[in-house]
Amino acid sequence: MRGWAELERFLQTDPRDVGCEQALHVMHVYVELLLDDATGAEAIRRFPGVAAHLAACDPCAEDFEGLRLAVRADESAGT
Amino acid sequence: MPSADEADLRGSETTRQSVDPSELDSAFATGVFTGTGAPREAALAALHERLLRIARSELHRRSGHDRITGPELDDLAHQSADDALLAILAKLGQFRGESRFTTWAYGFVILEVSTKLGRHFWRRPTTVLDAAGWDQIPDRFGRQPEEHALHSDLLAAIRRAIEEDLTPRQRQVFVAIAINQVPLDALVDRLGSNRNALYKTMFDARRKLRAVLAAHGYLSAEQPDPATTTGVRRS
Repeated sequence: MRGWAELERFLQTDPRDVGCEQALHVMHVYVELLLDDATGAEAIRRFPGVAAHLAACDPCAEDFEGLRLAVRADESAGT
Repeated sequence: MPSADEADLRGSETTRQSVDPSELDSAFATGVFTGTGAPREAALAALHERLLRIARSELHRRSGHDRITGPELDDLAHQSADDALLAILAKLGQFRGESRFTTWAYGFVILEVSTKLGRHFWRRPTTVLDAAGWDQIPDRFGRQPEEHALHSDLLAAIRRAIEEDLTPRQRQVFVAIAINQVPLDALVDRLGSNRNALYKTMFDARRKLRAVLAAHGYLSAEQPDPATTTGVRRS
């Protein structure tokens, strides 16, 4: 083994990564796409740079998950 | 079956949700929020109630890291809901209808919760920003103690690269986040920066360190293909 797998993963960067500002700017759109399509395929197709960012940025991923839970609770309460 | 987090957001039988989100969407669509008088006040109160419920739930969901409970949690929830409502009203004209109004609005309170938790982090008396915990590097990256000696050269290479190849700002941010495990939002609060700027600094530091370690043969020259996922954890 030439290196630590976890270190390799941590230092990996994706050139498609759009950063926090652009990701958060479309958070509401991305989350609704996730709720409409459980596979997430449409969200990834429309926003590949956001998907790349969320794979690397825990704070943004946490925010997206919080919003997804809030909206899904609304939908559950309405059914 | 809904998760515990969803059940918390929906309210129990004794604290049933009193705000119908579809009414908030209708209120926005009919211009109530930009109007005047009692209808606007009622809509604002209803939106604030919903934001407060989401803030409480979100703080509860994340409180495992910070052990925030009781009145302290409730105070942070109120601060988050109050500040989110102000931000929503200030940016109401920027909403372009790409999602439901409520989805857009809820995003503000989620971000406020993150900001409040970042600030709250520094109440821990043991957190030190500038002292690098070099001994924590092996644990941080998942190495077992008995394997430390085998990779002491790699450990030394990482430390040398951090000290010699990163800019002072990159070093400060990398050491705080990667070595001392300071949350990004807490570092934003301490340095008076913003999440995007510090993420970009960290991104550049990661890329530079990887290149240095690869050049010295510690990591492969080629990056593996990034995983294609939504990036959002499913609970």
